[in-house]
Amino acid sequence: MRITCPLCGERDRREFYYKGAALERPAAEADLDAWHAHVHLRENPAGELEELWYHEMGCNSWLRVTRDTATHEITDVVLAADAGLGGAR
Amino acid sequence: MAELTLKSPCEGLLPVTCGALTLKEATPGPLTTIAPFKGQEAALSKALKKAHGMAFPGPNESTEGKAGARAIWFGRDMALLTGAAPAEGLSEHAALTDQSAGWAVVTLEGVGGEEVLARLCPVDFRLAEFPVGATSRAELKHMMASVTRLEEASFQIMVFRSLAQTLVHDLKTAMEALAARG
Repeated sequence: MRITCPLCGERDRREFYYKGAALERPAAEADLDAWHAHVHLRENPAGELEELWYHEMGCNSWLRVTRDTATHEITDVVLAADAGLGGAR
Repeated sequence: MAELTLKSPCEGLLPVTCGALTLKEATPGPLTTIAPFKGQEAALSKALKKAHGMAFPGPNESTEGKAGARAIWFGRDMALLTGAAPAEGLSEHAALTDQSAGWAVVTLEGVGGEEVLARLCPVDFRLAEFPVGATSRAELKHMMASVTRLEEASFQIMVFRSLAQTLVHDLKTAMEALAARG
């Protein structure tokens, strides 16, 4: 499996660390249910999933990677900083 | 009080010559990481150009300035200044951190350096893909390394200082393997 880092280019999977689903952060004043879902509830699709990967052996960027969990095909990689995951402030 | 003796990271380990290749310890002078403050990228690049003669490098690039100064891209929004102490004004635009004692720096000189690195890094270091001045943050045998092509037949390789012995061992083993194949 290879991931194309937006800064470094195509790299081997061993350069990256896996975090989990890439979720948009709820607003600070969001209700308990929204935060409960954010912290504990996950989809578990056999298909496309947006995930966070960290390029720890390379440029030290967090990336949002769109990966097919069944085939490992990677269809999109963007810097997590540009992916708007921070939510409303 | 005890007398402290300055010891370079690869003291007693280098140089090593094997076939057409020589591995040497490099002493590029002060090392400083430069991390631009938000929105200060253009102002920093201008200040860097004025003070040291080179622009802030883009991803996978290094830029050469005056009097041996060089800026090497060192990760997202970060560059490493080598060969010169940072000029006063730079700290207005960026966070500067002295790394001088923190990194082991070696140069791999001679024809076939890319074939040695091919045994250790999952990155294409052939000249067509990795020209003079190109740089890469990459894995080198499980170590987080910075590799820069200084000249056609000269690579600068950096890892954390604590990994100096491992770096020399792994590079030497790869050089021997390459020489053995002829």
